[in-house]
Order: sequence, then structure tokens, then C-alpha cells
Amino acid sequence: MGISKRNIPVLLLIALVVIVQLITAGTDTSFYLTQLTMTAYYSLVIIGLCLLMGYAGQLSLGHAGFFAIGGYVSAALTTHNLIGLRHNQLIELLNKTGLLSMGQDIYGEKILTVIPWAACLAAILVTIIIAFAIGKPVLKLKGHYLAMATLGFGIIIFRFAMATEYFGEADGISGVPPFHLLPGLTVSGDFGARISNYYIAWGLVLLGMILSLNLVNSRVGRALRAIHGSEEAAAAMGINASRFKLYTFVISAVFAALAGVMLTHYNGGIGPSEASVMKSVRYVAIIAIGGMSSLWGALCMGVILNFMSLRGMFGSYDGAVFGAILVAMMLFAPDGILRLPLLKKLWRKNGPARN
Amino acid sequence: MALAAGAALLFAFLPSTGMAKTIKIGAILAESGPAGFLGQPEAKTLRMLVAQTNARGGVAGYKVELLLKDSAGKKEQAVSLARQLIEEDKVFAIIGPTRSGSTMAIKNIAEQAKTILISCASTKAIVDPVAKYVFKTPQNDSLAARMILQEMKKEGITKIAVVVGGTGFGKMGKMFVNKLAPEYGISVLMNETYSPRATDLSPLVTKMMANKDIQGVVNWSIVPAQTILAKNMRQQKWNVPLFLSHGFGNIKYVQAGGAAMEGIKFPADRLLIADSLPASNPQRAVLVKYKHDYESKYHEPVSTFGGHAYDAFKILCKAIAKAGGPDTEKVRTAIENMTFIGTGGIFHFSPTDHSGLKIDAFDMMVVKNGKFTKF
Amino acid sequence: MSLQLFTQYLFSGITYGILYAIVAIGFNIIYNTTGIINFAQGEFVMLGGMCAISLHEYMPLPAAILLAVIITGIIGGLIEIIFIRWLDSPSVLRMIIITIGLSILIREAALFVWGESVRSLPYFNGDAVTSVQIFGANISPQVLWVIGVCSVIVVGLSLFFQFTYAGREMRACAANRTAATLCGINTRSKITWSFMLSAGIGAVAGCVMSPITYTQYDIGPGLAIKGFTVVILGGLGNSMAAVAAGLLLGIVESFSIIVVPMAYQEVISIAILLIVLFVRPHGLFGSSETACLQDF
Repeated sequence: MGISKRNIPVLLLIALVVIVQLITAGTDTSFYLTQLTMTAYYSLVIIGLCLLMGYAGQLSLGHAGFFAIGGYVSAALTTHNLIGLRHNQLIELLNKTGLLSMGQDIYGEKILTVIPWAACLAAILVTIIIAFAIGKPVLKLKGHYLAMATLGFGIIIFRFAMATEYFGEADGISGVPPFHLLPGLTVSGDFGARISNYYIAWGLVLLGMILSLNLVNSRVGRALRAIHGSEEAAAAMGINASRFKLYTFVISAVFAALAGVMLTHYNGGIGPSEASVMKSVRYVAIIAIGGMSSLWGALCMGVILNFMSLRGMFGSYDGAVFGAILVAMMLFAPDGILRLPLLKKLWRKNGPARN
Repeated sequence: MALAAGAALLFAFLPSTGMAKTIKIGAILAESGPAGFLGQPEAKTLRMLVAQTNARGGVAGYKVELLLKDSAGKKEQAVSLARQLIEEDKVFAIIGPTRSGSTMAIKNIAEQAKTILISCASTKAIVDPVAKYVFKTPQNDSLAARMILQEMKKEGITKIAVVVGGTGFGKMGKMFVNKLAPEYGISVLMNETYSPRATDLSPLVTKMMANKDIQGVVNWSIVPAQTILAKNMRQQKWNVPLFLSHGFGNIKYVQAGGAAMEGIKFPADRLLIADSLPASNPQRAVLVKYKHDYESKYHEPVSTFGGHAYDAFKILCKAIAKAGGPDTEKVRTAIENMTFIGTGGIFHFSPTDHSGLKIDAFDMMVVKNGKFTKF
Repeated sequence: MSLQLFTQYLFSGITYGILYAIVAIGFNIIYNTTGIINFAQGEFVMLGGMCAISLHEYMPLPAAILLAVIITGIIGGLIEIIFIRWLDSPSVLRMIIITIGLSILIREAALFVWGESVRSLPYFNGDAVTSVQIFGANISPQVLWVIGVCSVIVVGLSLFFQFTYAGREMRACAANRTAATLCGINTRSKITWSFMLSAGIGAVAGCVMSPITYTQYDIGPGLAIKGFTVVILGGLGNSMAAVAAGLLLGIVESFSIIVVPMAYQEVISIAILLIVLFVRPHGLFGSSETACLQDF
């Protein structure tokens, strides 16, 4: 992969990520990295959803559901103590294969849980299965029907998390252990591991971005854009529209679930608010503000808005500020903030080609 | 002219030099969002107390600076704000969060960072297992459950239904009532959870009514929807005794439920009946003052929820005063050895008990003529 | 199951069903004239209830309700004039996001004005414990008010659309806006009227329901989701089907509690909707032809 025009933004992003870290280290403000790390994981959801909405043209008002599936499955598996079941044959078998770990919590209780790697893979697997099962019928729908179906899916996941004891009901799950990715690399909220976590999170965002950009510019991407333009025409060209849409749906669900897994380990817990309809609406809105089929636009808006919101900058007016931005953007800049007439000029002149 | 300017400058500097030292106290409360009805009285109480404390010259010579953050009842937001308060604002202690789930999410963060956390949420798991730096002010749920079950036993009720609101508070209530009921010879025939946003529970009442064995109902909830159950029961003329939890501690709920709330019994701390307490009651002075201050400042009835924030702040101030300043270890030890008369009861903290309240914190209350009275 | 229990379940199902239906009709009125699904529909119900409660402190109940309905109607009209009117053929997604944004703003404004506390209008007859007996079941008279008022709205609306000039003009807009404009119908003002009408009937529902369900600043989204479910279940744009679908959903929800824990109640109703969508993507009563025309 040579340095073509397409790769310049990616390199810029890498540079920016490093520069931000260096600046915070230099000015003794590395506490900003906490929210920047959380923001990165939400951005991963947004990249995936942007792929689905902007390129495959499919709305999803239930993406927080996939995030929650990832987070909850991983959290439940790594926290529920299996010590009472250790003589159960299945548990014994799992224990022998090294999928379980025996440890102590910080209060000295003995606990036997699934190791985070296995839990993470299980979470992704569950997500893929659910995304296939849901995606197949849902993606046949269009317009408001599609909106309702995905919204409904999100509500079901939310209610399920709220009603099920295994998932902690309204309290959610706390005490999720750190996730040892590789020797020396651990996803956890430890104050000491802040910088490495920042790089893990943004590394994932970069990977997601590169993957998405390549997908968009590949044969698949062209097919997707053809579908977005006109499904009938695409079908006439021999593109299996429904299959491409389904794959994109599953990929974007996996992005969301992976973000859920990582953020849950980073935060040490997850609560039902992560699955709420408002969260899904937020993701969709950020993509709309970023300009629907612009991965970079969505990423920018996602980082800015999530960062400000997580730092509590809007206080009790978080919802109001967000609503106002939504309405204003959709009224005056329906193609996204990067396509405002003024910015558009600059963008055309100096910026990279539109993806 | 120059003199006047100089004097003005001097005046401008004087108060700040008089109290140059400040203690930063963080608070994470669910002021907006689904738990706003809890977070708002807490936030109002804290703002009022900080103003009062600073007007009196602060605590141990330090001015108190309150950094109040709104978590909107979201766990992930509470985590982000807690880290922010600890790492960035370097607060001395944190009051809150409002909800059990959020508190559990930041319990370990506070413990690791050695920052004192005094929670306004009631789940027992906050203080069990004991974390060195984590305390809580609301009464243990198990105590309220025992009060209710005791009263039921006295009235000869042996078969009950347990209905809870879908929050962390309701979840704990369900667990404790089910766990403790056998000790009182009571069996739980039905468990149901309703949405905190529930607007009508008449199908639920009908379902319980269909089971002729049920002699009493426990409605364990903190959300406004809890009054709907009472209303629907009375409308359907199903007259089994209804017991509510200490989450009922807001007179607004009685007003919302109207005539249907008459005769309902529930355990609660004495804030609700402050004015009718005998002068000999040790809590009376504290309760009446808080109630009067709050109600005259905000023109709304006081609730036990605000009381939890009151206790948290006062305990912290008392400990800081005893330690002579913001020394975390000393303040922590001071809290662990403290006896404190608060709105929630008389706290007796110890190194193994970071909640400090016993069953005597509660009285059984009853709603009579639209008011709370002692049963 | 005894007749008494059956009636009890049935009535609570009908009460809710008809409320859902009213919200759904509100959706449909706006959808028919503009092609927009207004996600702020639930907020109209909240505004109606809240305004009436505040006004009731100064005037008798009927006057307060009437004024609240008018105020909410005007707010609905203003929303159309300020936010919708000047948009040039907006995409479906853009409108979904604008109306979601508006619903957030209205909600936050209500939180600011009325606070987070729970309020309610007094019962129209009797109080919280009054009930009347029907087949051995005890029903609050307010339930009869809800059913009565909502039925009057449904019948009134269908008469309005069938027999009045304004109603026919609005239907013409729904059928084909360009053709309606060519026939000399002022489609712009018809759209504003549809917003006012939709907000107004939402407000009526908000007032009659208030004693039973209470009114709080954030009841809107829950109602909107249920209303939207009913709209889709009945088929977009079809108001009479919405009534049937609403009643169906209300009754299913009410009876579902016999076998399913209450915490899963919403899961059941949404799952039913998803299954219906997968099997009959155009809704229970809609035609597949119109569903195909939907696009972003």
C-alpha cells in the first residue's frame, strides 16, 4: 500500500492521535485521554453504522442494541462466578481447556470466570448470529418500516437487559475484570494504563477505518453504492443486493459489539443506558450530521460530540444541546457539516477527494 | 480617588485571603434523566448546604468548593465523570452517585484512587464487601424488608405478592423480601417487576387478584409509578393490605395518588414526620432545621432522598473538621469512628460497617388524611 | 378465567389500545398530508396534559382542557411553519431526525418549565378510588371517559374527512399533492392544519388519560414508540386500521401478563410487531403496493 492520495487522511489521523497524546503528556493534562479513549470506542460504532447507512443506504435505529450485546455478553461471562459449578462436567472441561480462570477479586473472594479473550470471542459470535438472523428479514424492509423494525430490535434488547437477572436488571453489571490483550497490553481503567489504553482504542479505530475505506473502494463498495443509488438497477447489473446489504449489516454489528466489549472492560461495567433507544438515535444523528456517506465526517462529529458530552460539558442540558444541534444541522446543513457551502469550497480546494 | 481604588482593591482581596484554602468536593448526581426525581432534591440539598457552610466560614478553615456533575442516571457517564473528578479536578471526596448501578461502577475506581466516596444509593453491595474508602448514607434495604415483614407477621399475613419497580432499588427489594420472608413464616406467591415508566398496572392487579391466596402485597419501588398500583388496587376493590418501601418517602407521591393512598403503611426515616416528633427525640433538631431550610429555600416539600445527600455532606464535613483538614486517611478514620445524628437515623460507623444504620432508623408510617403519620 | 377477570383485563386493554390508536391517528394525519412520520407526536400528548394541569389552577376543568388543546394545536402549527414548511422535498431520514430532535427539545423545555415531578388532572368523576361495576369487574369511571372521548374523536375525524370540504381537501393532498395544488387547493395551509389537528387530538388524549397515567415531562417517547408500532401494524396512513391495530396491541399487552412476567411485556408487543413486519411487511391491514413505494 503506497502513499496514494487515499491514504493521506489515514496518515493524518495517525499523526493526530500521536500528537494529541504527546501534547497531553507535555502539558500534564493526560486525564483527557480517559474521555478520548471512551470516545474512540463510540467512534468505532459510528464508523460501522456509517458503512451501513451511508454506503448500503440502510437505516438502523437499533445499533446500541449490538453494542449492548457485545458489552453484556462479555461482562456477564467474565463476572459471573462459576465456582459453585466447578464440579459440573462442562465447566470442568472448559477449565481444562484454559477458557476459565481462577482468581481473586479485590476483596479476597475466590472467583472462577471465563477469560476475557474467550468472552470477547463469544460476544462477537453471538452478535454475528443475531445480526444474521435479524438482518435477513429486516433488510427486506424499506423506509419507515425499516426504521420501525430496527427500532423494535433495539427496544427488545434494552427491555431484555432491564428484565433479566443474569444481566443485572437495572443495575447492569459491575466489576468486569481487565482484558489482557497481549503481554503488556491490557484494556482496563487503571490509572497507570491510561496511555496504552488510549493507543489500543485508537488503534482499533484506525483498523476499523482502514478496513471500511478499503471496503468502500473495493468491488463490494462499488456494489454497495450502486445499491444505494438504485437497487433495481444494481440487481439488473447482476449485483446480489440483499447479500451485500446483509454482509454490511453484520460487519457494522460486529464493529458495534467489539466496541461494546472493549468499553465494558475499560469502564469495568455496563448498564442498560448503553442499550437505550436514545443512544441509537445519537449514533444515527451523528452520522447524519457528519454527512451520511462520509466516514471522515462521521468520525469527526462523533469524536467532538461524544467527547464534549462525556466530559459533562453540557451539564443537565446534554439532551437539549444535542436536540438543538440535530435540528439545526438537519435544517441548514442536511448534507453534513463538511458540506456547508462555505466549508465545501475549502474542502474541494484543499481536502482529499470525497469517499 | 487612588485611595478609593486602593480600598476597593483591598476589599476585593480580603475575603479571598481570609479563606484562601479550599476543599474541592465532587458530586455525581442524576439531576436529569429517568432518576431526576431522586437527583434533583439531592443536588438542591448540596447546593444549599455548601452555601450555608461557606457563609459560616467553611469547614476547618477551608472553603468548600462543590463540583456538581450530572450523570443523567447513566452508568458510563458516571464512570467518565468520576475519573474526571478524581484525576483532573483532584477532588478530596465524592458524594453520590444517586443510583446503585452507577455507584457500583465507580466503587472500585474510588477505592483504587483512595478517594472517599459517600454514596446516596442504598444497595447493600456498596458497603458489603467493605471498601476502605466507600460509605453510604441510605438505610440498608434489608432493614426495611424486616420492618415490613415484622408488621405483616403481626397482622397475621402469611402469603404475599411482591411487586417491584424496575430499578436497582426494586431489584434489591425483591431479593431481600424473598430471602427474609421465611424467617417470618411468610411465603411469597408471586414476584413481578414493572417498568419505571409504567402508566397503568390494572392488568397486574387483576393477575394478583386472580390468586385468591394472596393476603398482602409489598410494592417495593422508588419510582413515581408506585402510586399507580395503589390506585388500581382500590379501583378494582381489591382490599388486601398494601405495604410500600422506604422509597415512598416523598409527599408528592401521596398527593399524586390521592384518596387511594389512605391507610398505606411503609417504613421510613423520621424526616417525613419531623414536626410531630416529641422534643425528646435526638433527631428532632436536625430534621426540623433541614426540613425548614429546604422548604423555605426551594418551595417544595422535602423528601428522604435529599436527606441522604444531607447526611453524606454533613458526615464528610464533621470528619474533615475532626481531622483538621483534608487528609484522606485521617478523614476516613474519623468517619469510621463516628457517631452522627442525621436525617436518616443515628449513624454508628465502624471499620466493618460503612453504612452505620440499624433497624431503629426506621419507623412504620401510615398515610392519614393525605399526610404521613407514625403508625 | 371468570367473566369478571376477563372484563377487567379487557377494559385495561381497550383503554390503552384506544390511547395508542389516538397517537397513531395523529401520526397518520401528518403522514398523509406530508409523508412525514412526526416522532414528536408523543410530546403533543404530554403538552396537552401539562398545559391543562397548569391552567386548571386558574379555571374550571372543561375550560382548562379546551384551552390546553388549543394551545397545543397552535404549537403544532408553529412547529410546521418554523421547521417544516420551507424545506424543499426533504428526505425521509432528514425528517425522522428533525422530528426526533424536536421531540428532544420539547421534552427538555417541558422539564425546564414543569420540572421532573409527576402531575395529574383530577378525576372527571369521583376520585382515585371510585369505580363502577361492569360484569362484576370494577372499572374507574375515567376509563369510560377515555373510551368515550377517544371514540368520539375517531368517529368525528372520519366524518370530517368524509363529509366536510376541508376534510376532503386534506384527503386530496394525501392522495396527490401536485394534483391537489393544480385543482386550486392551498396545500401549504392544509399541511399546517394537519399539524394543528394532529397536535390537538394528541392533547385531548393527554388530558383524558392524565388522571389514570399521570403526566410527566418524559412520557412522550414511550407513547410515540407504541403509536408508531400501531401505525406500522395497521399499515401507514390508514387511520381506521390504526384503531383496530391499536385495540389489538392494547388487548394483547393486557392479556399477555397472565403468562409472561410484566417486565417482558414490551418485549412481547414489539416481538409481535417484528414478526408481522417479517411476514406481512406492509402491516396487517396495509396493501403491499404502498409499502413498495416507501423509500429514503
